Amino acid sequence: MTTLHNMGVAELAHALQTKQVSAVEVATAFLARTGGNPHNTFLDIDSEVTLAQAQASDARIAAGTAGPLEGVPIAHKDVFVTRDFATTAGSKILSGYRSPFDATVVQKLSSAGMVSLGKVNCDEFAMGSANENSAYGAVTNPWDTTHVPGGSSGGSAAAVAARLAPAATGTDTGGSIRQPASFCGITGIKPTYGRASRYGMIAYASSLDQAGPMARSAEDCALLLSAMCGADLDRDSTSLDMPAENFSAKLGDSLAGLRIGIPKEFFGDGLAADVRTAIDAALKVLEAQGAKLVPITLPRTELAIPVYYIIAPAEASSNLSRFDGVKFGHRASAYTDLVSMYKKTRAEGFGEEVKRRIMTGAYVLSHGYYDAYYLQAQKIRRMIADDFQRAFAECDVIAGPVAPTVAWKLGNNASDPLADYLADIFTLPASLAGLPGMSMPVGFGEGRLPVGMQLIGNYLQEARLLNVAHQYQLNTDFHNAKPEGV
Amino acid sequence: MSAPKLVQGYEVVIGFETHAQLSTQSKIFSRASVAFGAEPNTQACAVDMALPGTLPVMNVGAVERAIEFGLAVNSHIAERSIFARKNYFYPDLPKGYQISQFEIPVVQGGEVSFFLEEGKETVHKTVRLVRAHLEEDAGKSLHEDFIGQSGIDLNRAGTPLLEIVTEPDMRSSEEAVAYAKELHKIVTWIGICDGNMQEGSFRCDANVSVRKPGGELGTRREIKNLNSFKFMQQAIDFEVRWQIDQIEDGHAIEQATVLFDPDTGETRAMRTKEDAADYRYFPDPDLPPLVISRDWVERVKSDMAELPRVMAERFVKDYALPEYDATQLTQSKAVAAYFEATAKACGQPKLASNWIMGEVSRRLNSGEVTFDTIPVSAAQLGALISRIQDNTINNNSAKQVFEVLWTDDANAQGAADPARVDAIIEAKGLKQMNDTGELEKIIDEVLAANPKNVEEFKAGNAKALNGLVGPIMKASKGKANPAQVNALLMKKLS
Repeated sequence: MTTLHNMGVAELAHALQTKQVSAVEVATAFLARTGGNPHNTFLDIDSEVTLAQAQASDARIAAGTAGPLEGVPIAHKDVFVTRDFATTAGSKILSGYRSPFDATVVQKLSSAGMVSLGKVNCDEFAMGSANENSAYGAVTNPWDTTHVPGGSSGGSAAAVAARLAPAATGTDTGGSIRQPASFCGITGIKPTYGRASRYGMIAYASSLDQAGPMARSAEDCALLLSAMCGADLDRDSTSLDMPAENFSAKLGDSLAGLRIGIPKEFFGDGLAADVRTAIDAALKVLEAQGAKLVPITLPRTELAIPVYYIIAPAEASSNLSRFDGVKFGHRASAYTDLVSMYKKTRAEGFGEEVKRRIMTGAYVLSHGYYDAYYLQAQKIRRMIADDFQRAFAECDVIAGPVAPTVAWKLGNNASDPLADYLADIFTLPASLAGLPGMSMPVGFGEGRLPVGMQLIGNYLQEARLLNVAHQYQLNTDFHNAKPEGV
Repeated sequence: MSAPKLVQGYEVVIGFETHAQLSTQSKIFSRASVAFGAEPNTQACAVDMALPGTLPVMNVGAVERAIEFGLAVNSHIAERSIFARKNYFYPDLPKGYQISQFEIPVVQGGEVSFFLEEGKETVHKTVRLVRAHLEEDAGKSLHEDFIGQSGIDLNRAGTPLLEIVTEPDMRSSEEAVAYAKELHKIVTWIGICDGNMQEGSFRCDANVSVRKPGGELGTRREIKNLNSFKFMQQAIDFEVRWQIDQIEDGHAIEQATVLFDPDTGETRAMRTKEDAADYRYFPDPDLPPLVISRDWVERVKSDMAELPRVMAERFVKDYALPEYDATQLTQSKAVAAYFEATAKACGQPKLASNWIMGEVSRRLNSGEVTFDTIPVSAAQLGALISRIQDNTINNNSAKQVFEVLWTDDANAQGAADPARVDAIIEAKGLKQMNDTGELEKIIDEVLAANPKNVEEFKAGNAKALNGLVGPIMKASKGKANPAQVNALLMKKLS
């Protein structure tokens, strides 16, 4: 048997169910690796809680009532509220906050038998592409600790890449699962908007936020996604009225005849040569498996950036109003009246990027600007979604890079927030359209930093995306590569 | 329509915004209870407290009540309406925004009609509605209970409200109050609101302005939170006088929100337009558009009780009542039911109507009693009217019987038996004197005793007859039939 921490979700689930190893042994092995908090990934760990959950899993395994993922550990992005661990969303304003309930996604994974390893770092309120916006410090990339892990689910990606957890939950608003997965050489999928419940996921941009799994392989992601999704209409009105689906059951399809759309806008001058080389090679692998490449166009790709950076901040400016020092979280210690309490609390509690987006959002929703910004952005958003539908008339899935470059150096964009925004160009369109998208590792670029390929499917086509990735991973080994020293 | 009534040469223009609390069990976007009067924050769940990660889920019962209202006032029920966020910071607003409807409300247009006494005339008035939209209430700040700080009670946060907005169609405080009363009647009749004004279930804001007749609309000031019909009238009257005084003194009216202080009887500005917040309305991404199918509307319609105006039309048609009577008798379900039962018991709808609008409502108004606890049953009132109709008793005696029925302990003890009417008539000896012989004897005696009145009458003074009728009624102990007395007198004196 491989070392426990080098086993993926499927392997661990099998080993646990066949009683080759106990849940307590697995949990202990992973907890041991989190000592010293490598890469600043974890924000809250409680070994007592984790071991108690593992013991409960062992009892269910012994009783024959084990769930499909019984005893397999998982780390949760800190935007999912949890009863057993503090939840901060990477913000000082929620320092020490403890939720009286678990997010639906957390609860579903727990029902499937998973054991929580704790909460992992992320950009504050999921706003960022490098995990440098966390109030609790940046996360480093396990492949090169002088580089960023991507964001906002940077802690999730780094934890999986460094084998601190076999899997992690992530959230994706404009690429926050796909881009860190790509930067850290792991696999992650953002399902169709509405597939996974948003209840208990601290809202950044409500019309875009989606939960998804991050793990080493498509096979693992399929197992996790099957457990995460499902209608939650009593708690989330935007949840899709769809039954849970077994995505693992559909991983055996051949790629013969599969039409892969290649959007020319994703392969322009902005794409770094090392990334392009890795993507081209991956496309060749898929062609060799019988897929056909079809040139397509997504003409409003560039517009996705301004559209996203209007809509997401607009929603965020309103979503973050509840953090006012009145009911929970941080409250300034000294203030003179109500307005000064609000101002000081929020000035102290929020980081720079969050403030920037709140201000942008308040501005675009203001009287006199609403039509020119917010309404216009909504119109273009619909056009972007229409462009995808035209493209899907000609292809089954769309493939391209996740990001224009590999992970950049820590602090590289510190003085230029726009540089981060521009790097989101390939992930934003699918987010705005509410389409499922995933990232899978397809090689390495400069500095032996991982490159991820993005696959975008039509609505509810997660199974098809996962199958394409799985077929690719059956023929390649990039998903098993690990950083030096791990 | 009569010409607009002017105050010191100014026309008064009033529009209303009313917040009716919908009578659901739970909140508009959560499952917490809306029951009034619980300990602070015991009826606020995670959603109401806006805890991180919580989301709103629409209460279908609130939507159905909005549909019922729309049907009751002939509105268009929007097939698709949108929830929007109204953003502002206040401690009793847990999310930092209120979920409301802005651009596309669920109920569009409609009208409220009512009768109104203007001098001796009864005028029919119609107020047009702009819209009615669903929204959530905020919590309450408790400033008095804590020293140096404010407490926040979120029990009310998320309570479902229907905000009903009129065109500026009212032209006096009387019209405004009549509108508010009619609206109150409608919402309580169809049962979408308990109408309890003290508890804040029915709160009115009045937008008041004045102008010279035919001129442009004046700048309005909004009087907030009028929670009694009495204050409503006082507040508007004060506001109108204040605005006219300002204009007459050469001051312009500044758009403002004002509060009425019942202790001083004055309105006082709370904030002016300069402080008006930019609410940054935008569609709430947590709630999909509210889609209401025609089927749903039809289903709600078929489950609704007969509406007051439909019932009033039926009263006119089936009972041959004047329109005014029919409207008065459909002020509440209870009075309508009481009327119908009385009319059926005696077969005299107009008499039943007269009695209910007269004696019965006089007694109800003077006491704590309502139609639900009324001591005189409809069957008894019907029996009483029958006894007038068949000349057993006269109207005066009937009033005495009614008084006994109302106050009598035996009656209060559940013996609301129509047989009590005859028993009281018997016991008090109120039976009308229908024996002409006996009456003629009394008349002859009175005529003999009052020769002066007889002479005056014969000389052409018709009033002199009263001086004869009085003693005759007295001599008969009130039991003579007044019509018969008159007829016999005329015969004897001619």
